[in-house]
Amino acid sequence: MPWLIELLKAIGLAVVIFTFLAVVAAMLGVYLERKISGWIQARLGPKHIGPQGLLQTVADTVKLLQKEHITPRHADALIFNVAPVIVAVAALLDWVVIPFGKLGDRVLVVRDINIGVLYFAAMASVTVVGIIAGGWSSNNKYALLGGLRSASQMISYEIPLALGILWAAMVAGTLSTVGIVDAQVRQGSWFMFKLPSPIGWFGLPFGILASLTFLTAATAEVNRVPFDLPEAESELVAGYFAEYTGMRFALFQLGEYGEMFGMAAVATIMFFGGWTEPHLQPYMWLLVTLGCLVVAAVILTTGLRQTLLVRPILMLAGLGLLLSLVMFFGTRAGLSQVLPSLMWFLAKMFALVFFLMWMRWTYPRLRLDQLLTLSWKVLLPLGLLNLLATGFVLTVWGR
Amino acid sequence: MPKVLLDWFYVAVFAVVGTLMAVLPLVVVWLLAPRADLPQKTITYESGVIPFGQAWAQFNVRYYLFALVFVVFDVEVIYLYPWAVVFRQLGTFAFAEMLLFLLVLLVGLAYAWRKGALEWV
Repeated sequence: MPWLIELLKAIGLAVVIFTFLAVVAAMLGVYLERKISGWIQARLGPKHIGPQGLLQTVADTVKLLQKEHITPRHADALIFNVAPVIVAVAALLDWVVIPFGKLGDRVLVVRDINIGVLYFAAMASVTVVGIIAGGWSSNNKYALLGGLRSASQMISYEIPLALGILWAAMVAGTLSTVGIVDAQVRQGSWFMFKLPSPIGWFGLPFGILASLTFLTAATAEVNRVPFDLPEAESELVAGYFAEYTGMRFALFQLGEYGEMFGMAAVATIMFFGGWTEPHLQPYMWLLVTLGCLVVAAVILTTGLRQTLLVRPILMLAGLGLLLSLVMFFGTRAGLSQVLPSLMWFLAKMFALVFFLMWMRWTYPRLRLDQLLTLSWKVLLPLGLLNLLATGFVLTVWGR
Repeated sequence: MPKVLLDWFYVAVFAVVGTLMAVLPLVVVWLLAPRADLPQKTITYESGVIPFGQAWAQFNVRYYLFALVFVVFDVEVIYLYPWAVVFRQLGTFAFAEMLLFLLVLLVGLAYAWRKGALEWV
């Protein structure tokens, strides 16, 4: 009975991916968020539970499991209860099309759906339905405003997001996530730096523009600062989930972080080569090593040593040092794949997540009208023109 | 099963299993968490004040003009997807055709902009 085997496989994969989301995206994500926020604000962040506070979010989850669910008296109980589940399930469905790496000839992906990135965009916007449902059904003014703001964000940033996806699909000639990564291998460059065909370095701005459009829209789509108006804590308390308690609140968090990691994963796939290894000359890796050494030396020999921020930067420099040395010797030895592809995918994804968390403490929140202006008067025309220009270049010089 | 059908079969299974796994912690809470009926607890939160009226009142959604423009562009983006996939095989004709389509839309955007639909009212 082949369908029974497929069914069991699907159930197993769903459980694995959900657990991955709960552990890596939600628990590790929240921990990283707090730790990185702490570092940036020159404090330590969680540090008491587990080594370096690593088990803090586990303890928080156990605590949340024992908290009572409160449904406000005036809320629409049915929609109020369903909303967090919608958000969590939408985040899970995103991950069906995301390839994690390659094992021999097998790509580690749940299903390589032929309209992969379109499917992803569709599932990502399902989250907004849950958010609006939660905001409206709470019958709370803060929550309602949060839900409405979320709706405005969705109608504005859906299109720049789609334009970024379209750009990658156009250059790759496919909508499948695996196909897009393969196209980057075939064309010999990540799409971020893609130079459409033989126009050389003049092609550089297209890829950068497209990836910036996508990343900006993705940040807005997952409600991260500077686009966190739906949950602006200084204006709306917690926005659309102000009324949620205990595990239902945790489900919203799971959905949100799952979505954020999902966006980072798709950006990795479309613009940063997915699971593939960057192919640099050995001496380039040595330059990276040198750079890390210089950073570490400057920190250790100057007054910077005394600042709190120094630890994470030193850690990053150490990681870069190790990585570049391994890559240097690996490429020197003529290995075609030095480190496992899964590791590269996760590294790129986490780098993007780190970037998002960094941005949180760098930019102030936009005003609602600024948010709409940025999307409609800047990103949309830019994205369309970029699409047209790339199309022109590909038509004239492509093939 | 053909591959396409199998793909969506997986998506369906993911949706069902995901729902179950999302509901599971809620069931655990139902079993574990204490419950106490206090009337004050279910009052809508409004920064500690007794809430004034309901949130479901008439509300001016000020960005409705954007929402109208959004419908146009969202549909347009859907048209662009198939074009983006095959345009390399179709060559110059497909590009020229899409150029026209996009130019019409850009003119539309410029019109909406000029008319003030993209202004915060």
